[in-house]
Amino acid sequence: MNNIDLLFKNKEEGILSVYLTAGYPALNDTAAILMSLQEHGADLVEVGIPFSDPLADGPVIQQSSQVALGNGMTLQILFEQLEGIRGKVRIPLILMGYLNPILRFGMERFLDRCKEIGIDGAIIPDLPLDEYELHYREQFRKRGICHVLLITPQTTPDRIRKIAALSDGFIYMVADASTTGAKDSIRQIQIDYFSRIREMKLTRPALIGFGISNHETFATACKYARGAIIGSAFIRMLGEAGFSDQKVADFIRSIRQG
Amino acid sequence: MMRFETDHRGFYGAFGGAYIPEMLYPNIRELEENYLRIIHSDGFQEEFRRLLRDFAGRPTPLYEALRLSDYYGARIFLKREDLNHTGAHKINNTVGQILVAGHLGKKRIIAETGAGQHGVATATVCARAGLDCIVYMGALDVERQAPNVKKMKMLGAEVVPVQCGNKTLKDATNEAIRDWINHPVDTHYIIGSVVGPHPYPDMVTRFQSVISGEMKRQLKEKTDRDYPDYILACVGGGSNAAGAFYHYLEQYAVNLVSVEAAGRGIHSGFTAATSLLGSPGIIHGSRTLLMQDEDGQIREPYSISAGLDYPGVGPLLAWLAGTGRASVYAATDEEALQAALLCARKEGIIPALETAHALAALEMIPFRREDVVVVNLSGRGDKDMETYIDKLGI
Repeated sequence: MNNIDLLFKNKEEGILSVYLTAGYPALNDTAAILMSLQEHGADLVEVGIPFSDPLADGPVIQQSSQVALGNGMTLQILFEQLEGIRGKVRIPLILMGYLNPILRFGMERFLDRCKEIGIDGAIIPDLPLDEYELHYREQFRKRGICHVLLITPQTTPDRIRKIAALSDGFIYMVADASTTGAKDSIRQIQIDYFSRIREMKLTRPALIGFGISNHETFATACKYARGAIIGSAFIRMLGEAGFSDQKVADFIRSIRQG
Repeated sequence: MMRFETDHRGFYGAFGGAYIPEMLYPNIRELEENYLRIIHSDGFQEEFRRLLRDFAGRPTPLYEALRLSDYYGARIFLKREDLNHTGAHKINNTVGQILVAGHLGKKRIIAETGAGQHGVATATVCARAGLDCIVYMGALDVERQAPNVKKMKMLGAEVVPVQCGNKTLKDATNEAIRDWINHPVDTHYIIGSVVGPHPYPDMVTRFQSVISGEMKRQLKEKTDRDYPDYILACVGGGSNAAGAFYHYLEQYAVNLVSVEAAGRGIHSGFTAATSLLGSPGIIHGSRTLLMQDEDGQIREPYSISAGLDYPGVGPLLAWLAGTGRASVYAATDEEALQAALLCARKEGIIPALETAHALAALEMIPFRREDVVVVNLSGRGDKDMETYIDKLGI
């Protein structure tokens, strides 16, 4: 069984996924941050591949991507840094990145490297569903790499079912009509959408991401889905405090316990 | 037979498509499902034609440039898009898209702009339609193009300086797309060129095709046939070229010439010659030729002309270049400046810096005396006077 499926099989609720930008705040921080996240109780990590033009991201992740690129991060280097990570980090790892750098690297080569290293899945927000089905699904399946798809408050019920059927591991539920970025609270209209999705009793579990930033928003999201994803708030903390094991521990505790 | 229309997935051959995150899917889907029906409806056609005539000032003249003809040894015509309201071909597209937005019931309009021409053209049609208008413009461009910023503001638009990335057109486009993600229901995004996800390249091409539609009739009146031997157009994103080429795409007797900005020289590292130097990749939702590094990061282009300063090119233009249907030339900053000066002195027309690149290609092509050549004079040079004064020592 895939690591991601195993996580959802073993953990019923309160799954915490953390997003980080590879190569941020410093080029060689990535592996150490992963170990620290695992140590302090993250269940899943999404490693962001920095891109010059991150269309779906708000200012915090944009800025971290620019810094990471300035630090010299590339997909090639990221794979080198992750070489051997499986000896140290057992929680599921997902690579998240825009399509252009991956196509430039080569999709087959990208998936081969993921498999060699033990990456469990990929999220490629600007790879459209039909294009994925037509050209890439077989390549993912062959290697057992999960491809995680997004839904939004505007996604129609028919399309949600289609996405649920095609998404491996879990469904990434975008919490709001927005780009990524921390928000302090969750509005009623979002709660209605979370409830609507829960009522659909989809075959795949869901994690809620975008705008989840603190204990309150995390706990609310966890009432309606199996867990939630935190990105910008974590990146902002790294940007302000720099990386240290203690800071990561404090951050995770603040999310879990308030 | 090569096809130059999009297929059902929005591809021109290998280029095009809609590489968008799920957050944009409903917006794009709504547009894709409705744009052809709207454009083909009688009500739309009638209003579009009326506005192009009475508001934009169409048809624009096809002017025989006798002194340039004499100088270059060919029969040269200028398609006078510079005489449009707001000074360039950009208004053709914004007039069309504001009507589409109205049919879709949208209340809020967003746009990106580089030099400000498309921003002004969008603010103009929004003022007429009484719709809110937000224009994203790179913070650097806001500084460089102060008069156009003032125009947009006078027309009632909000101009948002974009601080991310390199603070130019590419970043303004990213920010407009992000705005659209945040406003999925009430907002229409008026893209300014034949770029972006399907159906934008096709829709904008259709609106700009009025240029070659008129050209056909005008050539028939002025020469013994309705087609030229050459059409020259400058290419940034490629909207004026797409419009000038459109009715001749499958007529192989017509040589289509795209002229890109070589900047300080094709191999100088400071250039916007995308079709010549670019490689296939994805930018702003479209698979096309773009300037990128070996890791797939998008490179910042350079040109003296803000309107050609774009790292990608519309998928139709990429396909025309890739199939050899269009020839691609590149003119340097200096060649464009000299071509602008020559046009001013020989014909009494000061062209936009973008357009000057198309004029510069007249130097590069060995014409025969009897060749009929149309240069799409996409815009006027008022906005570039500061650069002309500075660089030409006027």
